[in-house]
Amino acid sequence: MSAPERTVLRLARPYLNRLLGAGLLAAATEFAALALMATATWLLMSAAERPPLDRLTVAIVAVRALAIGRGVLRYTERLAGHDAVLRLVTDVRARVFAALAARRDSAGQRSGDALSRLVSDVEAVQDLLLRVLVPAAAAGLVGVVAVGAAALVSPAAAGALAVGLLLAGVALPALATALTRHAAAELAPLRGALAADAVDLTHGAADLAAFGATGQALGVAADRARRLARLERRLAATGFAVDAAGVLVAGLTAGAVVLVALAAGVDGVLVGVLAVGTLAAVEIALALVGAARQWTGLRAGLTRVAALLDESDEAASPAPTETAPTPAPVAPDVRFEDVTVRYRAEAAPALHDFHLHLPPGRRIAVVGPSGAGKSTLAAVLTGSVRPTSGRVVLDGRDLSAYPALPRLVGGLLAEAYVFHATVRENLLLGRPGASEDDLVAATAAAGLLDWVRAQPDGWDTVVGEEGGQLSGGQRQRVALARALLAAPPVLVLDEPTEGLDPTAADAVLDSVLAATPPGHSVLMISHRLRGLDGFDEILVLDSGRVTRRGRHADLVTTPGWYRDQWLLQEAAERGYLALGPLP
Amino acid sequence: MNRRPFDPRLLRRVPAARRDLAVLALLGVLAAGLVVAQATALAALLATAFEGRLDRPALAGFVAAVAARSLLVWAQGTVSARAAATVKAALRVDLLDAVGRHGPSWVAGQRAGQLATLAGRGLDALDAYFTGYLPQLVLSVTVPVAVLARIFLADWSSALIIAVTLPLIPIFGALLGWQAQAATERQWRRLSLLGGHFLDMVAGLPTLRAFGRARAQTEVVRRMADGHRTATMKTLRIAFLSALVLELVATLSVALVAVPVGIRLLGGGLTIQTALLVLLLTPEAYLPLRAAGSRFHASMEGLTALDEALTLTEGAPAVGPGAGAAVPDGRGEIRFEGVTVAYDRTVALRDVTLTIRPGERIAVVGPSGAGKSTLLGLLLGFVTPTAGRVTVGGVDLAGADLDAWRRQLAWVPQRAHLFAASLADNVRLGSPDVPDAALADAVRDAALDDVVAALPDGLATMLGERGHGLSSGQRQRVALARAFLRDAPVVLLDEPTARLDSASEAAVLDATRALVAGRTALLVAHRPALLADADRILRVADGQVTELTPAPAGKATP
Repeated sequence: MSAPERTVLRLARPYLNRLLGAGLLAAATEFAALALMATATWLLMSAAERPPLDRLTVAIVAVRALAIGRGVLRYTERLAGHDAVLRLVTDVRARVFAALAARRDSAGQRSGDALSRLVSDVEAVQDLLLRVLVPAAAAGLVGVVAVGAAALVSPAAAGALAVGLLLAGVALPALATALTRHAAAELAPLRGALAADAVDLTHGAADLAAFGATGQALGVAADRARRLARLERRLAATGFAVDAAGVLVAGLTAGAVVLVALAAGVDGVLVGVLAVGTLAAVEIALALVGAARQWTGLRAGLTRVAALLDESDEAASPAPTETAPTPAPVAPDVRFEDVTVRYRAEAAPALHDFHLHLPPGRRIAVVGPSGAGKSTLAAVLTGSVRPTSGRVVLDGRDLSAYPALPRLVGGLLAEAYVFHATVRENLLLGRPGASEDDLVAATAAAGLLDWVRAQPDGWDTVVGEEGGQLSGGQRQRVALARALLAAPPVLVLDEPTEGLDPTAADAVLDSVLAATPPGHSVLMISHRLRGLDGFDEILVLDSGRVTRRGRHADLVTTPGWYRDQWLLQEAAERGYLALGPLP
Repeated sequence: MNRRPFDPRLLRRVPAARRDLAVLALLGVLAAGLVVAQATALAALLATAFEGRLDRPALAGFVAAVAARSLLVWAQGTVSARAAATVKAALRVDLLDAVGRHGPSWVAGQRAGQLATLAGRGLDALDAYFTGYLPQLVLSVTVPVAVLARIFLADWSSALIIAVTLPLIPIFGALLGWQAQAATERQWRRLSLLGGHFLDMVAGLPTLRAFGRARAQTEVVRRMADGHRTATMKTLRIAFLSALVLELVATLSVALVAVPVGIRLLGGGLTIQTALLVLLLTPEAYLPLRAAGSRFHASMEGLTALDEALTLTEGAPAVGPGAGAAVPDGRGEIRFEGVTVAYDRTVALRDVTLTIRPGERIAVVGPSGAGKSTLLGLLLGFVTPTAGRVTVGGVDLAGADLDAWRRQLAWVPQRAHLFAASLADNVRLGSPDVPDAALADAVRDAALDDVVAALPDGLATMLGERGHGLSSGQRQRVALARAFLRDAPVVLLDEPTARLDSASEAAVLDATRALVAGRTALLVAHRPALLADADRILRVADGQVTELTPAPAGKATP
């Protein structure tokens, strides 16, 4: 037993009694099955000696009890085992989520594939206990008891049985493990490539069709599917050899036990009992082959889950309270002092000796070409990226000293996620206790209210997977409304009008700024320069440094990036907007 | 949901599996014979051992039967795994092929992710069905028959009791099984919902964190997982109870056989060899039926995947009008004649009539969701009009050779899909044999060359799944390079600069202008920057298309 299993077992501690009970019940079930066959054989063969009936009474009662008991034991064992394991898995799910939640860095972001893997990894914990540990423990226990019982009749026969059990319960499972591991290693790359093909052919269906490449891509995928099938067939031939060996071991052990017992002069009736009992015992031990295969398949998932769970233990220790139920605090005085952020040691810094003073109520816009460091600035302010050097202070205290930072600083960040839930639930994430009026106000400011009212389900309209049933613009508005509802005293808006057409963008920006209380500070990141004239200060960022700062009226009259962009955008936009009110 | 243990559509749809399945049935018959042979030999062996003697022929027979069974187990496993591999490969190809035949709009509706999972990992669940359940299903027919026949020869009265009680297993199984199956189905839906929620929560973690709700949401995850546990236990209780009832029925049946055998043995009316044979064989008659029943639940996932795959591929239309159909000429006039497109809930376009003359550059503007993309979808042949028709050079697209038509189109979508292949192959999409020089030209024209220069392996750089590793602006330039390489008379652009910052936008705009020059172009524009070069501007709103005259741009002052 190695590290990942130990982690799982440590988590299992609260449920240890339940699990132990389930294991014992499983052993009892298997033992009842074995004893039933052995007792029935004894009964039958003794009956052939025509003894007086009362000599058989105990055995008759035992057979009846074992027959009924086996079924009832199996039923209780299964219920107890599943109940214990499912309780444990509930714990694991919550802990895995907590571990992920505790990560402050955004580096923890995962691709869709890694995410769905996470779900099946958690299932691996369930399978480890239910299909590997409990049956293995039961089989081991029954094997020991069976050898012990056989030794009472004939030590030599017990020796033969022990050899058979070791072959069936140790050697064959080990062989199965090795073969399964080998097969998995061979299959994994092909399976992965085929999964990627499937993603390309479905998600890229439109691109393939438009470029007439569907047939070619399908050909590649079909070829891979056939190669995978060939490999699977080849691997099955070796894999099932283990099962075949299992049947052989069971039969040969029974034969050997009969031979040895007869040679040792064991009573004829007991020879029969030993033979039938041996067949049953080896059968039980052979269950370990299946358990070994399961276990091999689970290893990778278990290792990943264990790594996460260990992390959650470490993360749990400082126990920061994140949602202190305090009323919305007043805006702090925010200062960036010599902040430099470098994502990789050799790369150019994303932010370079950056200074910023954002006193309460001030509104600052940050503009600049892509890659200038705008989003890094937002990430530093919201605490998801730590400065490589320098610091950010709120009211004189370092930003990292605020456990409840999201209550102070937040808003609409890049890649805002819309959950597969109702519009209301998505919005309430911003402020859980918000009233209907608050919802209406925020939604109206984001320009989404008419849409919500037009839906048959209104606030309870479920938005799709990753907000898929919403258009890009509507999704942006949901995220915006949520940010407004949260109303942090330092409101960060990262491209709030992205995905909206110019008319809508102007309207939304105006209403969002109007809906922000005057005492709250605003830091807006934008590539669009329209609507910035109301800001107290505009920073032009380029390659991580501030190249200009000032108000819109100043920046637009002095030559430079800002003026060029403004003219470019304005010219184009005016041209567009002029089209609107045509007769 | 298909309730049958074997889907007959399988034989029709995957003929290659027929032979393996026939061999599997034959092996099942052999296996039944060997079960009987092994028990007969063991009974003989033990009957002589009862007298303290070793019956060497019986021992040899027993060992031979065991060896033969061992071989048979191997053959059954191998053949069923062969069948599984064949079926999976065939269904995967069918499924992916159906995606192509149904067209992109169908995929979008059917949740591409679900389809990709089914074609990938989902079908692997069939392994358990083929190697675990199907052989057992065969044995549940052959073994009881063989056992009955053997016991009938040895002791007909015992055979009679078995024959009467044996049907109780499938009868009880059916009565209880239906209950359990319905419950399992409900549980399945819940499970996928939970899987989805857990996934959704994890995917949205950065957002939860930003609102300080991440840790609070842990409780929600725990609550959902706990709800899942309760629901699972409810269904499991039913499933386990049905297994218990079946086991008790089998046990009582064996007892019904064993009691008279014991009494007759006591009375001297039966030989010990016959009695042992009956004792060893009787449980074997009930076992395969119960095993098949219990494994059926375990193979449900595979059967569900199979059902989904067969159903999804069934309705796929035959490949549209192929080689023989008329080929529209991309240098001809494009006409929309009274075109209406209605979706389930909304009408995207309403009675649209317009003409696009060759070489015209047309910009399409309008609020989001107004039907701009549908306009392009019609031309691409992804969307078919509910009413009216679209003609190119006089040829109705509905009956045209779409592949030949699309060869004359270059399309730059809003979000191009990048494939898990090299950057060069991504640009070469659809024209794999293009010489390197032409590729280099397209890369330069699309302003992709500086992106290429910054990549470690240049054009040979492998992209991750869905183009992982490139920014939106870079992806868009890849899409433009594709279009340049296509060198087609008609160009369709769907907001090529959406999601781009100004700097990338400038690069993409320049490339777009170069691309559009000298071609018929239809470009959907959110941003105004694209409008300057348009010959005509169409405004789409509420499914209606109106023409606007471009105003002179560039005169605005701050």
